[in-house]
Amino acid sequence: MREVVFWGFSGVALAAALLCVTRRSAVASALWLVLTLFSLAGLFVLLDAQFIAAIQVLVYAGAIMVLFLFVIMLLNLGRAGPSDMRGWLGRGVAALLGVGLAVELWVLVRIVRGGGFAAETAAYPLPPGELARVQQAEGAVGMLAEPLFRQYLVPFEITSVLLLAAIVGAVVLAKRKI
Amino acid sequence: MLLGPALGVSALLFAIGVGGVLLRRNAIVIFMCVELMLNAVNLTFVALAQQIGPQGQVIVFFVMAVAAAEAAVGLAIILAVYRHKESVNLQDVNLLRG
Repeated sequence: MREVVFWGFSGVALAAALLCVTRRSAVASALWLVLTLFSLAGLFVLLDAQFIAAIQVLVYAGAIMVLFLFVIMLLNLGRAGPSDMRGWLGRGVAALLGVGLAVELWVLVRIVRGGGFAAETAAYPLPPGELARVQQAEGAVGMLAEPLFRQYLVPFEITSVLLLAAIVGAVVLAKRKI
Repeated sequence: MLLGPALGVSALLFAIGVGGVLLRRNAIVIFMCVELMLNAVNLTFVALAQQIGPQGQVIVFFVMAVAAAEAAVGLAIILAVYRHKESVNLQDVNLLRG
């Protein structure tokens, strides 16, 4: 059952990603990307990351994609103009590099699954199902909050500085006259 | 265990994102493809978190924060470029080509 749902979400995510890349209109691309992000949220739930799935829907599919659609509509790019795809040479190069990368990553996955990194796999501390058990015990938020505010406290604070810099930078860039 | 299939799906998503960046000329669509790649990597982190521990999911947090900052600044840059060139097609932005 879990596998069936997993492959369903995966298929939707991959198909929507392909459509997002190939649609001519920027609005259509953005909406297909939203579908991809929602399917990824479903995959996160299946992989025992409920809280990450909620954040994915709120932040990615909500906030970030609204920002994209806002800019598209602000610049009046909604209707499909002439195609902005590269010429046939560019398309060939892009397909070659994309397929090559996919094959490389796929081979890497096969190596990992086939036990090519047996020593590293043995070092994995968690047995199967352990993460779900921890989540059951501590709750979806508690499981993340513990390492976030102990082990990763300094990166967390640096992230807030980064967000402040991004806010100031966006305001400065978008203002016509400072 | 869905680790292997999840890694495979994320590899395919990443490759689709790379293909999109190489294929398109619309700056906003290229930007969306970059977001797609970031999400593929997030899927990898979440899948491996099943074996490594919840730290993998914490990293996804940081990736999302960086992606949000990147989207805000990048879209502001696109807006600024559009004011100058009246276009978001990257072919029209060739000032540094010489």
